[in-house]
Amino acid sequence: MDFMVFQYPMITVQACLDGILLGVLFALIAYGMALQWGVMNIINIAQGDLVILGGYIAYFMYLYGIHPAWGVIVSPFIMYFVGVGIYKLVINKVVDRDLFISILATFGISILFMQLMNFAFGADVVLANSGYGTTFLFDSNVVLPNSKIFSAFVSIVFAICLVIYMKKSKLGRAIRATAQNARAAKILGVDTEKVYAATFGINAALCGVAGALISITFTIHPYMGLPYTIRSFMIVIVAGLGNLPGVALSGMGLGVFEEFADYILGTEFRIGAVFLLLVLILVYRRFKLSRKREYLK
Amino acid sequence: MNKNIILYAAILIFGLAAPFIFPAFKVQLSILCVLIILAITWNIQGGEMGYNSFGNILFYGLGMYLCASVQVGMFFPLAEWTESGGEKTFVHTPAQFFQGMAAGLVVASVVPCVVAGLIGYAILGLRGHYFAICTLGLGVAAGEISGGIEIIGAGQGFTTPPFPNVGGLEARGEFFYLLSFIALVLTFIAVRSVYSTRFKLILNAIRDNEDKAEAMGIQTMKYKIIGWMISAFFCGLAGGIMGGLVGYIDSTDVAFDGREMGVFMVLMAILGGKGTLWGPVIGATVFHIFKEGFWTFFLGWQYVALGVLIVVIVIYFPEGIMGWLREKYPNKFGEVVDEADRKAQVELK
Repeated sequence: MDFMVFQYPMITVQACLDGILLGVLFALIAYGMALQWGVMNIINIAQGDLVILGGYIAYFMYLYGIHPAWGVIVSPFIMYFVGVGIYKLVINKVVDRDLFISILATFGISILFMQLMNFAFGADVVLANSGYGTTFLFDSNVVLPNSKIFSAFVSIVFAICLVIYMKKSKLGRAIRATAQNARAAKILGVDTEKVYAATFGINAALCGVAGALISITFTIHPYMGLPYTIRSFMIVIVAGLGNLPGVALSGMGLGVFEEFADYILGTEFRIGAVFLLLVLILVYRRFKLSRKREYLK
Repeated sequence: MNKNIILYAAILIFGLAAPFIFPAFKVQLSILCVLIILAITWNIQGGEMGYNSFGNILFYGLGMYLCASVQVGMFFPLAEWTESGGEKTFVHTPAQFFQGMAAGLVVASVVPCVVAGLIGYAILGLRGHYFAICTLGLGVAAGEISGGIEIIGAGQGFTTPPFPNVGGLEARGEFFYLLSFIALVLTFIAVRSVYSTRFKLILNAIRDNEDKAEAMGIQTMKYKIIGWMISAFFCGLAGGIMGGLVGYIDSTDVAFDGREMGVFMVLMAILGGKGTLWGPVIGATVFHIFKEGFWTFFLGWQYVALGVLIVVIVIYFPEGIMGWLREKYPNKFGEVVDEADRKAQVELK
């Protein structure tokens, strides 16, 4: 237990800034999850493992002497095809089935990915060094690595591009139509199968971007996927499907919460705190809804 | 009925004789018993009640830690035991070991049951996938938090008391096999008698349509909590036995091992056929034989095989072995088949 937070206001500022920059990344992953959840009604437990896989792509570019920031461009391209591949192999067989089936199937994919990454890349915690240096604020009481600022900026750019793409392009309109009513979209000539594949691909590509940024900013490890899934799930249920500003805000909120949990409870309880927060949020919403004799749908 | 008694007697005799017929597989047979218990307990709320939980590993891990802690804590200071990391500074006499084990197993099954009752009201109000994710979160959170608590060994793990040497007799395997087999028989009898009452019908009603069940005047929340408590009771018991059997408790790799045990219990129940009495038993047996028989071929690739297995079972085999048998031989399950209706359905397809 460390109550330094309350004695030194600068630590609070540091934690808030760190949390917000981290939260933007979470929001990007959560946006992908909200997209596939809304369109295909699937909860993808392998979301976090897609993120980590994207991170390894950037890390390998770094190992071969290419600046890891280019991973932000390369990783989504590769991840898009990984996503479409997963869709064609597994997800298209569970789309219209019970949600639990999709949870369990993606859980299987998650275990598979975790282990394959463990074999391919080893069990070490790795980091792609971007060499961006650091920024000092407030008489160097607050230290911000430039890579964090870069990653938050890139995520915002990608999120804005995606929103515009979903609004303007033909595929984006088809995806939104399918999300509203798949059957009606089919009648009007939308190939929903293709839309589903593209949605899953876009989701995987977003995970790829986020993963590349995480490999620059933080560290990646084959088994670190599940917390990212849980975080994005949590952000989506707090914000609601299709509520973009909400996703961004709750993502930042979660980031700040995590930084404070890190300072106050200690790093070993950080992941535990995230998972407990998920349980608390779900239970809180359940009690709130049960007053109206409703339940979370 | 007579046939059933003969069947049960044959299984009982075979179960009791098994460690002497296959002396090399005593540990594997004990693990099989624990796995069957886990599959049966998962099936109570996963299969019969329709509340698919990923978090029953919480009760399993809780039982494991509690049993070992009570067994040590009754006679020696717990903190120093975990500090020494299994060095033989404290040695249980046989009497202490068995007393501690007995008390530990009681605590290990009662406390998770109470915990299930306490959190049940909050958690069981969630439905479907929210319940699944929430329990997944509970299980992982428990693992992460217990990995940070010093008194139960934190990251370095907790060594359970070694089996005492009674009069030069090495009976560890037999003891744990008998213990887990008795626990299995108890669980099976308890679950079977529960399933023959109205309670099972209520659970099925909740699974099929909870709102309608409530409209019919069933206090669904009460029955859901009781169902979860029964599940937690035997889950904790299985955890306590497994802790002694493995001899070493680690927070995320042994006790709250959501990646292994937590998925295994779901998978075994689904493989055997959820919502049936014998399904989990058959599923666990098939799964364990497959796992132990083929794991060695995939040396190092077990988890890859596990991931593929999960996906294949879930996609192509969601009804399980019992469901498949039921479709193939409906007469044996007391279903009446209308031949004309079946033909019409085939034509429709």
